[in-house]
Amino acid sequence: MLKVSIYRYNPEVDDKPYMQDFDFDTQGKDLMVLDVLEQLKSQDTTITYRRSCREGVCGSDGLNMNGKNGLACITPLSATVKGNKLVLRPLPGLPVIRDLIVDMSMFYAQYEKVQPYLQNNSPAPAIERLQSPEDRAKLDGLYECILCACCSTSCPSFWWNPDRFIGPAGLLQSYRFLADSRDTATEERLAKLDDPFSVFRCHGIQNCVNVCPKGLNPTRAIGHIRNMLLSRAT
Amino acid sequence: MANMRTISFDGVIVGGGGAGMRAALQLAQSGYKTAVISKVFPTRSHTVSAQGGITCAIASADPQDDWRWHMYDTVKGSDYIGDQDAIEYMCSVGPEAVFELEHMGLPFSRTEEGRIYQRPFGGQSKNFGEGGQAARTCAAADRTGHALLHTLYQGNMKNNTVFFNEWYATDIVKNQDGAVVGVIAICMETGETVYVKSKATVFATGGAGRIYASTTNAHINTGDGIGMALRAGFPVQDIEMWQFHPTGIHGAGVLVTEGCRGEGGYLVNKDGERFMERYAPNAKDLAGRDVVARSMVMEILEGRGCGPEGDHVYLKLDHLGEEVLHSRLPGICELSETFAHANPVHEPVPVVPTCHYMMGGIPTNVHGQALTVDASGNDVVIPGLYACGEVACVSVHGANRLGGNSLLDLVVFGRASGLFIEKALREGIEMRDASDSDIEQAMSRLDKLNNSTGGEKVADLRKELQTTMQNHFGVFRNEKFMQEGIQKLADLRGRIENAALEDKSQAFNTARIEALELHNLFEVAEATAIAAEERKESRGAHARDDYQDRDDENWLCHSMYFPGEKRVGKRAVNFAPKTVDTFQPKTRTY
Repeated sequence: MLKVSIYRYNPEVDDKPYMQDFDFDTQGKDLMVLDVLEQLKSQDTTITYRRSCREGVCGSDGLNMNGKNGLACITPLSATVKGNKLVLRPLPGLPVIRDLIVDMSMFYAQYEKVQPYLQNNSPAPAIERLQSPEDRAKLDGLYECILCACCSTSCPSFWWNPDRFIGPAGLLQSYRFLADSRDTATEERLAKLDDPFSVFRCHGIQNCVNVCPKGLNPTRAIGHIRNMLLSRAT
Repeated sequence: MANMRTISFDGVIVGGGGAGMRAALQLAQSGYKTAVISKVFPTRSHTVSAQGGITCAIASADPQDDWRWHMYDTVKGSDYIGDQDAIEYMCSVGPEAVFELEHMGLPFSRTEEGRIYQRPFGGQSKNFGEGGQAARTCAAADRTGHALLHTLYQGNMKNNTVFFNEWYATDIVKNQDGAVVGVIAICMETGETVYVKSKATVFATGGAGRIYASTTNAHINTGDGIGMALRAGFPVQDIEMWQFHPTGIHGAGVLVTEGCRGEGGYLVNKDGERFMERYAPNAKDLAGRDVVARSMVMEILEGRGCGPEGDHVYLKLDHLGEEVLHSRLPGICELSETFAHANPVHEPVPVVPTCHYMMGGIPTNVHGQALTVDASGNDVVIPGLYACGEVACVSVHGANRLGGNSLLDLVVFGRASGLFIEKALREGIEMRDASDSDIEQAMSRLDKLNNSTGGEKVADLRKELQTTMQNHFGVFRNEKFMQEGIQKLADLRGRIENAALEDKSQAFNTARIEALELHNLFEVAEATAIAAEERKESRGAHARDDYQDRDDENWLCHSMYFPGEKRVGKRAVNFAPKTVDTFQPKTRTY
């Protein structure tokens, strides 16, 4: 029997959160963590979490599993269970609404702050704007972000300054537009980032890289932004 | 009721996927007060899972490409019950809509010339079927839906669209004239229920693939728009037409794109034979999806399936080489390793036909206006209600959708709905306010659920429903099985209406949402079953053992399912495009 321990908190009935233990029979299968949650919820409907695509592209089910952030739907038990125990907690650092569901407003606000949309001050042509395969390749590893928040909620700098440090997810998207040959707002984008908190709170500890379920590297993108800011200053 | 809030908008869009966000973008740009109600944060909508691309004659891969060739393919793909005026509109306006997405920032893959990369997809041809395989599907690697959905969300952010994220619409509010004047919606975080009043209510609620046990669809694809429309007494069209995608990963249901075969992959049976050469000598693995799915099932039924149970076939990709796989199909490599423990660089992917797409839906015209028919069979616009994307049936897909046409459909008709509503608002929309009793009527289902006691578990009932649909209304259908299925559904109706809601709490009560979703799944399933039994022919995705041929004399038409009397009627297909000659029905071979 797998021991599954789930963080529970319903603001209407609980004064404070608690951990609830369940015995779970995997029947020898290497299920995904989401499958375990779905089966437990079919028995106890009050267990609450987000989920949608169940294939790792929608970013709904970011959780803290045995101490590490990841997506429940693409994390097999074999990759996370230690000592026959699975401890499920909400993503750290954000306010909990109920059980495994966190309030992501702060995370989304930092994303919006980087103006994550293409800005181009020339009139659009009748067909597409041309872009070479080499320039397009610069967006690989950036545009694939699914906004699951696994990275930002594993970052101590974001825990300390979620209102002022944009965090790895937001900065990855910031660089996605800075790196796009079709975007002409580079100077305005950099000017908005040029303060002690937005970018420079990153201390390069790479928690974001370690947890990203899509294998992306926010630290490297932050490094590029940092270099652009430094060369702009000289 | 007295203390329920009302929130008013010019336009309300229910659903934050591609169609909804494209419609919202159009309205937000026009300055009208617009809101999107989405049960998930918009980038978590199912559009995000679209992989291979958006089919459109932008003439990048082939400078001679012509939207009329795309139109021909789509009409043929629909097995001739797609409306030709709507298909003409989609294929001709398509390039403009795709270029707009690129201007908005969508990171398409590129050709050496810097243009948008296009790949071959199933059912595509040049020169009206005479010029061989075309490459017409615009792609952002194999993550086109993700790239498109995020770009649309970003565009809406730029234009200050109001989002009600993690709000769930429960039912339509109709006034005394039968016009749609908004919806009842629940804020999931607080549990507050409000009346969202609107001059134009756009349903962009997506599909309902979760009526089947094995589906590529996300958990959230529960047919909410169809459920709401049927409960309001409105009909649905061609709802028996369900696409089974040839390549769902065996066991998991997760999709691997048709782009795999577009890039040169092919299917093999247990003898290693490339069996599609037998079923579709010309197009082979790139025949229509209905054709490929049936061929796979035939291989399995005749004992040539793969694996210990012989219940799937293999998709062979290794011959494409690591470089092509990692640059063109990186997402597929990830999914295959995660869900099939197979690295496509070295080994084939086990696949099986899996429920994928609802061709039917709320009938609309090309402006997104929802339609019903009067006693003498004339189309009648339902005032206030619009639909676009998978929930709608314009119909551009008819009896079988071509790969890459769903993203084009949702962008083109989301945009068209927005354009039409903008004009209508400018000219002025006057509708009578909903009375207290109108609102009470719309609240009745939710009230009943909130006050319920006892009942069976939602998860158990949902599983029973899904198994019934899987076993009785799958790739091949016949009278006996469908009759049995209809009986089982009749038994399920009361049990599902009285399903248990043990948890009555307010804060983020997902048990309540799942109970409400189950009601919608049931409505879609029942309409599907009754319409499927009624259509006594084989056409497109609807394949019957007992009526194996297409019957143009009796069934070259849309089916219309009327929920009140559970009756199936017929509606004429449009054969009158505006700028090209009609494509006459002919035998469909690939």
